[in-house]
Amino acid sequence: MRHLLSTGDLDRDQATLILDTATELAQVGDRSVKKLPTLRGRTVVNLFYEDSTRTRTSFELAAKRLSADVINFSAKGSSVSKGESLKDTALTLQAMGADGVVIRHSASGAAHRLSHWVDGSVLNAGDGTHEHPTQALLDAFTMRNRLGTLAGLRVAVVGDVLHSRVARSNVLLLTTLGAEVTLVAPPTLLPVSVGTWPCEVSYDLDAVLPKSDVVMMLRVQGERMNESFFPSVREYSRHYGLDGERLGRMPEHAIVMHPGPMVRGVEISAEVADSPRCTVTEQVANGVSLRMAVLYLLLGGS
Amino acid sequence: MPDNHGPYLIRGARPLGGDPVDLLLRDGTVAQIGNDLEVPEGVQVVDAEGLIALPGLVDLHTHLREPGREDAETVETGSRSAAMGGFTAVHAMANTHPVADTAGVVEQVWHLGREIGLCDVRPVGAVTVGLAGAQLSEIGAMADSAAQVRVFSDDGKCVSDALLMRRALEYAKAFDGVVAQHAQEPRLTEGAQMNEGCVSDRLGLPGWPAVAEEAIIARDCLLAQHVGSRLHVCHVSTKGSVDIIRWAKERGCDVTAEVTPHHLLLTDELVEGYDPIYKVNPPLRTEEDVLALREGLADGTIDVVATDHAPHPVEAKETEWSNAAMGMVGLETALAVVQRTMVDTGLLTWEQVADRMSAAPARIGRLDGHGRGLSESGPANVVLYDPAAPVDVDGTAMVTKSSNTPFRGMTLPGQVRATFLRGVPTVLEGKNA
Amino acid sequence: MGPLVAWARSTSFNVLFSEAGKGVITLRAQKPTASESGGTSGAQAKVPEGTRAVLDGPEINRALTRVAHEVLERTKGGHEVTLLGIPSRGVPLAQRLARRIERVEDLSVPTGSLDITMYRDDLRLAPARALGRTEIPDGGLDDRVVVLVDDVLFSGRTVRAALDALGDLGRPRAVQLAVLVDRGHRELPIRADYVGKNLPTSLRETVDVRLSETDDQDAVLLGPSRSRAGSAGSADQEVDS
Repeated sequence: MRHLLSTGDLDRDQATLILDTATELAQVGDRSVKKLPTLRGRTVVNLFYEDSTRTRTSFELAAKRLSADVINFSAKGSSVSKGESLKDTALTLQAMGADGVVIRHSASGAAHRLSHWVDGSVLNAGDGTHEHPTQALLDAFTMRNRLGTLAGLRVAVVGDVLHSRVARSNVLLLTTLGAEVTLVAPPTLLPVSVGTWPCEVSYDLDAVLPKSDVVMMLRVQGERMNESFFPSVREYSRHYGLDGERLGRMPEHAIVMHPGPMVRGVEISAEVADSPRCTVTEQVANGVSLRMAVLYLLLGGS
Repeated sequence: MPDNHGPYLIRGARPLGGDPVDLLLRDGTVAQIGNDLEVPEGVQVVDAEGLIALPGLVDLHTHLREPGREDAETVETGSRSAAMGGFTAVHAMANTHPVADTAGVVEQVWHLGREIGLCDVRPVGAVTVGLAGAQLSEIGAMADSAAQVRVFSDDGKCVSDALLMRRALEYAKAFDGVVAQHAQEPRLTEGAQMNEGCVSDRLGLPGWPAVAEEAIIARDCLLAQHVGSRLHVCHVSTKGSVDIIRWAKERGCDVTAEVTPHHLLLTDELVEGYDPIYKVNPPLRTEEDVLALREGLADGTIDVVATDHAPHPVEAKETEWSNAAMGMVGLETALAVVQRTMVDTGLLTWEQVADRMSAAPARIGRLDGHGRGLSESGPANVVLYDPAAPVDVDGTAMVTKSSNTPFRGMTLPGQVRATFLRGVPTVLEGKNA
Repeated sequence: MGPLVAWARSTSFNVLFSEAGKGVITLRAQKPTASESGGTSGAQAKVPEGTRAVLDGPEINRALTRVAHEVLERTKGGHEVTLLGIPSRGVPLAQRLARRIERVEDLSVPTGSLDITMYRDDLRLAPARALGRTEIPDGGLDDRVVVLVDDVLFSGRTVRAALDALGDLGRPRAVQLAVLVDRGHRELPIRADYVGKNLPTSLRETVDVRLSETDDQDAVLLGPSRSRAGSAGSADQEVDS
């Protein structure tokens, strides 16, 4: 494996290997010395064109736990903000000897483009409305930890699927791993060709909840209202928000996930967000182990 | 011009793919057509055995970029490129800087074309001032200028205001002009990056739905019929558009339409790798659309093939998809793509190719001296094409100043060997003369 | 008409696709499997062609029993001992030793596993490997006498990596090493405290330890060098594991 651009590039064995590796590496966080020498002498560049403190920090911590040298290259205050093209930035990183580039970019496909311009490995840390593979992997990792298996697991993904890179990566990965995905959203927030995706679609959250082992809530930006995707935040919340009452209609073992950052009071109520069945902080912790696994598998070998 | 004015005797060419004959080109006209013509004193002989002779091609839709973006193309490099593709006339689109919305700008472009002399450059005038879609440009002044503009278009932008479109259609009638519409409903395509469908949904790129083109075409056909004007539809790209135009023609609307070579061959699945070389407006569509476009061109619903030759500098394409410019170069590959998609598939004869790429576009553009076929005493605008000379497409080897060809890496079946503009070769032995 | 569209895709789309996909071809772990490292394809093929058994099942049992007694003697009853097997075959060996000690002394010995993959000095020589399990018994390693258990001692590099890994996990009072086979050819100043069998070998030979827990039979096989060039994954097994 040279790059991680899309979860669609992973077959079942590859995805499972990543999760298994993350399981082993999760122990490192509990040790007295939270560091492994594996990537000593390797350089990882965090190239972030969008602000995302949580994802950047997670990658940074993961790389440092593997003893890699980490350089944070954010768009603000750098040559990028002076108009340097992505290609020139890529060539600069190349010249500096970056072994791995973690890229977050507002343009779908930016990670694909970058992979053509650098020799090192490219890790897609979120590209536009395309994909966010490590988020989906850490979500799957969290589900497996909590519920034991992914095969046959019923996962509802609720919210702004149309603009969600998390949803795209999750549908591809979870399907590969044998889970059954149902997308739940108003029709305006679903892609037009969603009928061809390998998942079920519903407009009715209440009908899906009792049949779900996992309910993954996606962030809904209030500004979508101004683009007529839904009439009002209140109406959205009434139909697609997860509150305590709806939580009560989920099976007892079922968990609530959210990739963060949450918008409390829109897609998720404070009561649900703070419930022990909500895995948000666990997802963050798992993110480090999972990203260590990906960095090791991409950069650790020949 | 160098001293290559001829006369020329073309030996053994096959006019419109028919039986081999000789053609004598003298004083700008086809002086004689026949078998085993004698070689008069001082005549240069061109051995054209096995080559197909077609009337010089006419492009209704070319972006020459001058004035303003001479880094991408100039009237000179664009003329050379056109000649290499077998074109003897091109219509230079109005979206230059400054916009071709006054007699001054269109005359400048027309003069440049004349001076270079490799291809007749007929400027297209903007429909609205600055392509802004707010106020009609001086259509009459451009029509009456030396450039004699007959095609008016805001190409790149849609004349989306229905009332303004109605007025433009009506007003242009006084000058025998035609409004060439870039059919794209703007609200439905805000931020659009590629065809809306399975591929765009998978790639997370904002979609450009077919309905945004079809809705405008339907509206404009109804408007044109209502006011009794001519309408031309640029770069038709969807099956639904073909259906609507077929319906409009049946009910008597004076509408013509064009399709680009790239929409006849390529599909949106090419976008999978996010290489902006495949970014174009309107976007590459689906296989179903491609097949419908071929059928529409074959049955005459679509009247012409127009290149929408849109050169861009390298940096406009070597970037993230959403930041990249839309457009593809196409002059030098047009005929070979038409052979591949329409002739080799049995959908068009070479005679019909001559209609779709020469006669019909000249007629729509009211372009005298072009599109009149190959007949004795007709203008000596001739292209000699080898349909059995496969070529590996390489944008950097092209004559155009830019290299953004989507056919890069493909093998196309034929090559232009010679182009004559009024009896003077602009291309000979596959090179600019 | 149809084939032309397909042609367009096969000419360009596939190229793009293979470029996009080329990053994923070698992700699969190079974990040596029984069939890779031994060439035995079933239980019947006890001794594959070209190899000979230098220890059979009963001999392995006797060697482990002796090592168990030696451990008890050297550690004065084994009360502070923690056994850590190095995956993959060191783990069942450590468990077997623990059972023998339990039988002899009625003493339950904390037993776990210590994966050394992340500490290897040859990671760059092969695609990234799948990790083995690390399980540190409750109570940790501080002030314990840790006995590392592996199947074959060869260059000593695995043990070096294991010592590094141990240092990150705690501070044992002492670290000792038990191996089933010592085949010589050390590249580092490392020796075993307990050896099941000293086996003089040539560098060109291979030593394969098979255990019923992982390979359906107990045997130590000596074979000629495999000439599978570039097969770093299987070379790993006999270089040092």
